[in-house]
This record gives sequence, structure tokens and C-alpha cells, in this order.
Amino acid sequence: MSASATVLAYRGEPKDTAEHFHGNHLLYLGWDRHLMFCAPVCVPLPPDTPFSVLTEQVLPAAYAQHPDFARIDWNRVEWLLDGQPFTPDPARTLAEQGIGHKSLLRLRTPGLDGLGGSAS
Amino acid sequence: MSTPTSAPKKLGLREKYARMTRDLAWEPSYQPKDKIYPQAGLEGIKIEDWDRWEDPFRLTMDAYWKYQAEKERKLYAIIDAFAQNNAQLNVTDARYVNALKLFLTGVTPLEYAAHRGFAMVGRAFPGAGAQVACQMQSIDELRHVQTQIHTISHYNKYFSGFEEWRHMHDRVWYLSVPKSFFDDAMSAGPFEFITAISFSFEYVLTNLLFMPFMSGAAYNGDMATVTFGFSAQSDEARHMTLGLEVIKFMLEQHPDNLPIVQRWIDKWFWRGYRLLTLVAMMMDYMLPKRVMSWQEAWEMYFEQNGGALFADLARYGIRMPRHWEVSVKEKDRLSHEAWATFYNYGHAAAFHTWMPDESEMAWLAEKYPASFDARYRPRYEHWIAEERAGRRFYNPTLPMLCQVCQIPMVFTEPDDPTTTCYRESHYHGEHYHFCSDGCKDIFDAEPEKYVQSWLPVHQIYQGHCGGGSVPEVLRWYRLEAGRDNLDYLSSPDRQNWQRWKGEAAAG
Repeated sequence: MSASATVLAYRGEPKDTAEHFHGNHLLYLGWDRHLMFCAPVCVPLPPDTPFSVLTEQVLPAAYAQHPDFARIDWNRVEWLLDGQPFTPDPARTLAEQGIGHKSLLRLRTPGLDGLGGSAS
Repeated sequence: MSTPTSAPKKLGLREKYARMTRDLAWEPSYQPKDKIYPQAGLEGIKIEDWDRWEDPFRLTMDAYWKYQAEKERKLYAIIDAFAQNNAQLNVTDARYVNALKLFLTGVTPLEYAAHRGFAMVGRAFPGAGAQVACQMQSIDELRHVQTQIHTISHYNKYFSGFEEWRHMHDRVWYLSVPKSFFDDAMSAGPFEFITAISFSFEYVLTNLLFMPFMSGAAYNGDMATVTFGFSAQSDEARHMTLGLEVIKFMLEQHPDNLPIVQRWIDKWFWRGYRLLTLVAMMMDYMLPKRVMSWQEAWEMYFEQNGGALFADLARYGIRMPRHWEVSVKEKDRLSHEAWATFYNYGHAAAFHTWMPDESEMAWLAEKYPASFDARYRPRYEHWIAEERAGRRFYNPTLPMLCQVCQIPMVFTEPDDPTTTCYRESHYHGEHYHFCSDGCKDIFDAEPEKYVQSWLPVHQIYQGHCGGGSVPEVLRWYRLEAGRDNLDYLSSPDRQNWQRWKGEAAAG
């Protein structure tokens, strides 16, 4: 016998569904091989935010302290959305291109390997 | 002369103990047992005969009070002497005191949670031997809370970051890691609770919590903390024995218990190991005089001692906890990843952070020859240069957290220490993110529990933490900005320390 029927029938209420965030969705952002930022970050954004706002405002606010940031060639950035290769359209909104609540967007910047090539 | 035959015979210890336990247990006649102990059957653990419970320590109440009172008289005499001699000035350096801040805010409230937890499971178990053992441990844990508060309260007179420890435990982002660990255990059933706390934590991992803090205190001149450590240690030996007895009892009672117990051991090893991340960074970074490295401690206390324990349990069918080999792969990076996290978010922590000096970097390079110079030194040298240029680095954006351990996603791939480890599950249309396979397994086994995690970053964005800006959140934490947080270099703690030590040298 495993756990009782009472335990198996238990249902919890998810704490972080989208309706709790005042119209925003949570977006997680990670910059590969730049572990000076100890973890990926979490930002709340309206789902109708154009993608260009990420590259022009959100990412600079998060990462501009890193000396590699100014050297990023945005045409060569490789994006991963929820684990899959992804080509963003800067003019379209996050929601229009499948970036949903609690999606994870990673960027890889070939040739930029962190402080002294240490992935920091 | 002969003794009058009417005098009552004095009971021997064994007899007294038997009266206290088995004689207190009676067969109920008004209510069926399953109504008196409704939680005992919820988890699927089958107990055929509670009388087969081997009491690991036969301690009677009068012996308990006498013995503990003696220990505490000694403890309080030493604390008094410590205070009268201003012995806080004898610690190696004021940086050390930050390890105590972490202990008081992160560990002491867990002792209180353990006091509550053992009282709860003592009520839930139908066997008298188990009830008494849990009651004794519950009282032990309450004494530990008290001695820790009394010892550390002396430091509160001289250093920042102590006075709101209880309030902080329920609110501050990194303290959700120890808090949620115990809440997870307490909201499980009684058998899982006791497996989690008595076996996985007290038996398998406690040496890695108490040894570093108490030896660290001894190495760094903090005799007050050493004393409460010693006072607690004799209790810990009993708690560890209870942990092992619990496992053996469940496994001997019914073969169906094995897979349930193994799953709990897998889960709670991983939960406990993730919690010890805080200890790893304390050992390698927060003690001005180091005892041993985290890597050395993990090798000695887990790989060798733990390995021997699990070899011994193999006759019951128990194997090593799942993902233990990941903990071995992480041993030369864990403390560095953790310290970098608190350096990133030092503006939101209730203790100070700093960069190791040159001699400390040399120690780290010697202890971690395969990882320190290649991966962590370049980061630190950059941060030191930034600080000297007036740009001390703080991470301006809140981190992504693991849904289970609640630690920011700072851990790296087991086979690639340069890449963040991302794991994910989809459940009822929602994304859930994890730092490791260990945490993902825990979620996947009980998703209805962990969808409810109170994740500090998400709670801030939902508006439940005093406001949306860092100053508002710090006020809600009762963390005084500019005094309790930020770099040690700019702290009032450091200024005071230099003044006191300078005056002491002049006098």
C-alpha cells in the first residue's frame, strides 16, 4: 500500500499563476557563460511588451555592468526560448512570439566568454 | 537490625523507565486507535507491533532534568564570564560575527521548528516508546533555542543584524531556504518528518552543520558559541541514535515500507544537502581563521562516514541516496557559487559580505587547485578592482529561484561548472523551474505540494512584501539599510571594531 486515498486526493492551489501579477508575466533571463551574475534573473513584464524593449532596456538594466555587455553584437546573439533555438522579431510582442508566463529566455554571445575567459 | 518490611522498594533505572513508557500506554476503550492516531496510517507505513520499538536511550524524566540542569549551570556561568570580560573583543575579526548572524537567523529558528515538530509527531505515533523519545527530543530542541538566543544576545549589544532575527526568518529571501526546508518536513506525515529530521538531517548530515560552526567558533575565539555547541552535543548523540532506530524499525516492521523509506531518504538527503550550501560558504569564506575546506568536510563526513553508514544499511535493502554523486561533483564549486550569490545580493542581506584578501585567495587556491584560479579568482579580481574604483558590484535584478529548495538558480551543470543548470517541469499548463535533477525529482513526486511554494521573488512581484522597490522590501524585512547590509568594508561593524581594537591597543 502506498499513501492513503486522502493524501492522493490532495490538491494544492498554485501560488504563481499569471493572474497574481497585476497584468504582468514573469520572464526569466539568463546570459550564458557570464556567471558574475550569479543566477538568471526574473523580471515582470506586460505580455504586450515589444521584444525590442528587452534588448534596449531590460537587458542593459540587468547586465550593463559587465565589460562584455558593450561588446555584444546583437546580430550574432543566439537565443534559447524554453530550451529551444529561437529567432526573435524585435517589433512583435513577447506574447505574439510564444514568450509566456514563466518562460525562460537564454542568450548566448559567441566570442564573449566572461572575465578573462573564465565564464564569469 | 533488619530493614522494616513495609518500606517501599526503590525502583531501579530500568524499572523506572519501563513504568514511564510501557506502563503509560493503555488500550483505549472509548475510541478506536485509528481515531486517536489519525495520521499514523496516512503515509502507507505499516507497523505490526509498536512494542518491537527499541528505545535507543533509556532516560527517565528525573535523570533528564538533573543532567540537563547541570549542563546549563555550566553554560550560563561561561556566558556570564564571557560578557563580564568583554570577550567579544577576542574573536579573530569582526567579519567572523557574520557567521553568527547567519546561524541565529537561519539555524536557531529551525531548532524551534524541531521542538514543535517533535511534539507533533510524538502525539501522532501510536507507540509509547516512540512517544517518549519524541517528547525528550522536543524538550531538547527547546533548550537549544534558548541557549543559542542567550549566547548570541551578547553579540547583539555590539554588532548589527541580530535583533530582528525571528521576524527575518519568516520574510527574508535567503531565509526562506531553511524555513521552507522545515515547513516541508512539518507538513508531511509523522513518519516522513522523523525520517527527514532524525535520520537524513540529524544522522547523516548534522556533523556538517554543527562541526563547522562549533569548530569555527573555537578557531575564531568565540568561546560562548563553543560552549552552547558542547552543551547541545550530548543531546545530538541521542538524536542521531533515534534517527537510526527509526529507519531500522520501519524497515524491520514490514517489507512494503522499504520503497517509501528509500524515497524519503532520497528526497531528504537532497533537501538537506542543498540547505548545507549556506554552511559551505560559511566554512570557506566567513571564518577569518579556517578549520577545513568544504570539500575536505564533504569528503570526510559524507563520502567516508556516510558511505560506511549506507553500506551498513544495505542489508535492509537501502542504497545510497539518489544524486549523491552530484554532490561529489559539486564539492569544489559549491562554496564559491554560494559566496558569489551573497556578494551579488549583499544589499538585500542581513549580514555583510566581502572579497577574500590575498592570503585568503591563496588558501582557496591551495584547497581548490582544480577550480579556484581558473574560475573564481578572475571574478573576484574584477570585483575588487570595481570596488576600488568606487563601483562595488551589486546585482540590480532579482534572481530566478528554484521551485523546491528556493535557492537562486546559482548551481551549474554537474559535468560543466561554467553553465547554469536548468531543469523544468510542466504541470497543469504551468512552467516550474529547478536548480537540479534532485529538486526536479522532489517536485515531480509531489507537485500538489510544491506548486504552493512561497517564493520570495515572486511574492515581491505580487506585491506582498511591503512594496516594489528595494528600500520598501528591506523595511518589510526590518533590515536597516546602510547598517545591516552592504559590504563589510563600509559597515559600522568594521568601524566600531577598528575603534575598539585601536583603543584596546592604546590602553
